[in-house]
Amino acid sequence: MKKFIANTEIDVNDEGYLTDFSQWNKDIGNELAKEQEIEMTDKHWEVIDYIHDKYKNEEPLSIRGIKKSGVINIKEFYALFPAGPLKKATLIAGIPKPKSCI
Amino acid sequence: MSTKVKKMLFILSKATIENAYAAFVMANGARMEGIESEIFFTFFGLEAIQKKKLEHLKVATVGNPGMHIPTMIGGLPGMEALATKMMKKEMDKLDMPPVDEFLEILSDSGCKLWACKLAVDMFHLDREDLIDDLDGILTIGDFYSRADQEGCQLLFI
Repeated sequence: MKKFIANTEIDVNDEGYLTDFSQWNKDIGNELAKEQEIEMTDKHWEVIDYIHDKYKNEEPLSIRGIKKSGVINIKEFYALFPAGPLKKATLIAGIPKPKSCI
Repeated sequence: MSTKVKKMLFILSKATIENAYAAFVMANGARMEGIESEIFFTFFGLEAIQKKKLEHLKVATVGNPGMHIPTMIGGLPGMEALATKMMKKEMDKLDMPPVDEFLEILSDSGCKLWACKLAVDMFHLDREDLIDDLDGILTIGDFYSRADQEGCQLLFI
């Protein structure tokens, strides 16, 4: 479905995830974060950069991966993106929701 | 009326690795979905949080139809170790953390870890025998009071 955000029209699925990453930019990320009641800081963007790197290298995301990332620890990750951090961070990053169970 | 699950409480009563991981994966999965989670370790489940024992959890090769080996053979020396080694290899392929790291991940993710007081007393354990990340030792009454909220589910493993 279509969604109008940050003066741009984007395509999202029924859970609100972008279906075409090429439509993503930082303004859209910011607006998507606001919808999740998250105010983006430099630390948030560092995590989003890490997630984009993983996505581009086609490496699956997991909580264990976050622990090993060297970017952020698990406690901080849960604090920055409360209530389902991987789900929220990937939504803001404009990539599909992770399919991992761990 | 909202029917959304808000909190999951797991009771782990067994020491086999497959049961411990079932509790860990589901408790961690709940946190990843934004659901509160807690694990209450009781009876043999306490092995999973004993510093000296948690790395030695085994797969049950006897009385486990899922193994598809005759019970007599499952009872032979070394079978348990072999099956456990094979399962750990498969879990490693899926990037599943070992028990100690999994407990650390759970604790860091905000999952509360509790030991059952009665079982701790029964096995003559002290606080120092249990992992540092443990949130405390509770009576069953204390545990039930933690369940006393809307949208809370209890699961016995």
